[in-house]
Amino acid sequence: MANEIIGGDVVLAADGTPLKASLNKAMRKNRIRALLLVTPLFLFIVFSFLIPIVEMTFRSVDNWQVGTLMPKTTTALAGWDGKALPDEPVFAALIQDLQAGAKAREIGKVGTRLNYEKSGLRGMITRSGKKSLKVKEGPYKEKILKMHKKWKDLETWTVIKRNTAPYTMGYYLNAVDMKYDKSGEIVMRDENRRIYGKLFLRTFAISMAITLICVMLAYPIAYLLATLPLRYSNLLMIFVLLPFWTSLLVRTTAWIVMLQSQGVLNDLFVFFGLVSDDNRLQLIYNLTGTIVAMTHILLPFMVLPLYSVMKTISPSYMCAALSLGANPMVAFIRVYMPQTLSGIVAGSILVFILSIGYYITPALVGGTDGTLISNQIAYHMQKSLNWGLAGALGALLLSSVLALYLIYNKIVGVDNMRFG
Amino acid sequence: MSELQEPLVRFIEVQKSYDGEILVVKNLNLDVARGEFLTMLGPSGSGKTTCLMMLAGFEPATHGEITLEGNPINNVAPHKRGIGMVFQNYALFPHMTVFENLAFPLKVRRMGRSDIEAKVKRVLDMVQLHDFAERRPSQLSGGQQQRVAVARALVFEPQLVLMDEPLGALDKQLREQMQYEIKHIHESLGVTVVYVTHDQSEALTMSNRVAVFNDGIIQQLATPDVLYEKPDNAFCAQFIGENNKLIGTVKDKSGNNCIVDIPGSGIVHALDVNAGNIGGATSLSLRPERVEIDPSEGKYPNVFEGKVKELIYLGDHIRTRVNVCGHDDFIVKVPNISDHASLVKGHPVKVGWRADDCRALDVYQEP
Repeated sequence: MANEIIGGDVVLAADGTPLKASLNKAMRKNRIRALLLVTPLFLFIVFSFLIPIVEMTFRSVDNWQVGTLMPKTTTALAGWDGKALPDEPVFAALIQDLQAGAKAREIGKVGTRLNYEKSGLRGMITRSGKKSLKVKEGPYKEKILKMHKKWKDLETWTVIKRNTAPYTMGYYLNAVDMKYDKSGEIVMRDENRRIYGKLFLRTFAISMAITLICVMLAYPIAYLLATLPLRYSNLLMIFVLLPFWTSLLVRTTAWIVMLQSQGVLNDLFVFFGLVSDDNRLQLIYNLTGTIVAMTHILLPFMVLPLYSVMKTISPSYMCAALSLGANPMVAFIRVYMPQTLSGIVAGSILVFILSIGYYITPALVGGTDGTLISNQIAYHMQKSLNWGLAGALGALLLSSVLALYLIYNKIVGVDNMRFG
Repeated sequence: MSELQEPLVRFIEVQKSYDGEILVVKNLNLDVARGEFLTMLGPSGSGKTTCLMMLAGFEPATHGEITLEGNPINNVAPHKRGIGMVFQNYALFPHMTVFENLAFPLKVRRMGRSDIEAKVKRVLDMVQLHDFAERRPSQLSGGQQQRVAVARALVFEPQLVLMDEPLGALDKQLREQMQYEIKHIHESLGVTVVYVTHDQSEALTMSNRVAVFNDGIIQQLATPDVLYEKPDNAFCAQFIGENNKLIGTVKDKSGNNCIVDIPGSGIVHALDVNAGNIGGATSLSLRPERVEIDPSEGKYPNVFEGKVKELIYLGDHIRTRVNVCGHDDFIVKVPNISDHASLVKGHPVKVGWRADDCRALDVYQEP
């Protein structure tokens, strides 16, 4: 018994309106309500998360300084072939830009930008800016060449010309330890000046190590949590979650107290004669410190997904495996562990992503060889103020995490992931 | 069970307590014959599953001995007992295909690949699932999963298979179908099955013998027909099938018969099974289908006046609730034959029954 009326190809509702339209009308209220419920969080995320990320990522390619602050030179250089020093018209344009920039006190920004590409150019620009104010008439080429010896260097002009473009790859090249050479070709930096590639590798290696240690520590705990009777497992769960409820800084400083050379652990070692007093172990302000403290902090993120997966595995699987003749070890490895795989992967991906961008703990206990890429990003954000480079490093970090996530999604499927 | 043949499984004075205060299984003595289909039937908490778990080795017995083929197995680890088991929720390994599930017990026994394939194929044919070998358990219906679970418990050819309420998760129709399938598999393989259920019709359908459990004790161990027709005590009478219960006092005993006084209603002639002493209380058990409406004069020693309270039409019979002897819930099953008595709700009616069909038993107090 169908109640709908068939009008042509369109199914009609009882009152003759198309059924689809009538359904839409009926659902509209629900849809609006759902939208309203989501809006506050959506706006918050847009303003606090998406816009800043887009902003910083844009800075990593943005190259406004030369084009905006030296507009005349930019136009004059457009036709330059780069084979020899430019001719008088370019210098005439340059002197006007320098004068305008110096008066507006903006020329330093050009200097800073150019200095990222080739050191020494900041000094050249600022000094020339000051001197340019005294220049009244041409020929300008001669006078400018006298202002600073670098103006005579062809490479200076190559750098300036390259950066008249509104967008640059320079920050990204820098972030992967590459640069433009004298002729403008992209080459690797000198061996001793490669920083970020090593740092990225170290970040990945440390994160991997922390993830592995977390799996090994969390697996037995999660197993215990999932199999103990509820009243015991609740208590144990509180111990697992306790670090969550304690400030990150408190936990990190607690590890400093524990691990430092005059700290609790070393005192115990000395007391039991494991190490001599003047041979105390260096456990903090290095790689060891970073790994120990971060493992401790990130452990709950491994325990919870594992626990939630293990909780759903009925004990009858193990019983079944035993009754089928598998000894307990084989039963565990062949029957129990494969079923926890989604938990292991979920926890690993969580811990790995968290540790790859970890900042505060390595900053406090990492010393020199225990710092991660995020510490470099923070350095460029706060100290060197090279936000373009910070943006490029951040974007690389973000995209590597996204890539990992995609790979993971391909292999395991996000639907199979379960957290806490 | 012939005296020559040793029972396959023996429970000898087995006791089990989880907390050291309450005995879940009290002094169990049970022999399971080779090739037998024995069902442990009882309400939840009666100790039947505990007995099964002790036999499988997942729970240690607190006291007593369990033997398998004459050898005590109390200290044998579950994986060395070689007992097949079908679990309540099948416990098929979700990360393995049907084939891998069935091959698992053979692989852990380090069998050769061709042997494994032959054996798996054989059990798949037996449960008619040969087309499903490469599927995951989650891609199978409940009935198919059930069959795989049975096949997995049988594939390594154990002498003894335990089944723990294996049909509990299936709907009624499928459950009945599976009951017959399991029964047929049992008959064709000759394997010994110990089956646990709380469903009495399942127990009656499938078993050679049924052990009725209550309160940690086997109340009665008998074949299905004996269990239904000749219950030893009030619990079995009530638990198995439908039962009319009349409480009274024993007035007199003579031979196998006794006379019971139902307060305010009169005298009932009954079969003395377990009635206790004269003057004591007894509970009379009477199957609804053994009661006749409007019997001819003098046919039965027990005839009472009643009043029809409710009529439920069930096709093959009419379930009639009658107020008799002060009991409002006296059920009579009136067969739907062409000349059955026409009954009207609220009208008076005469009911009568034989003395032998009315069993005088102990009084069972519901806990």
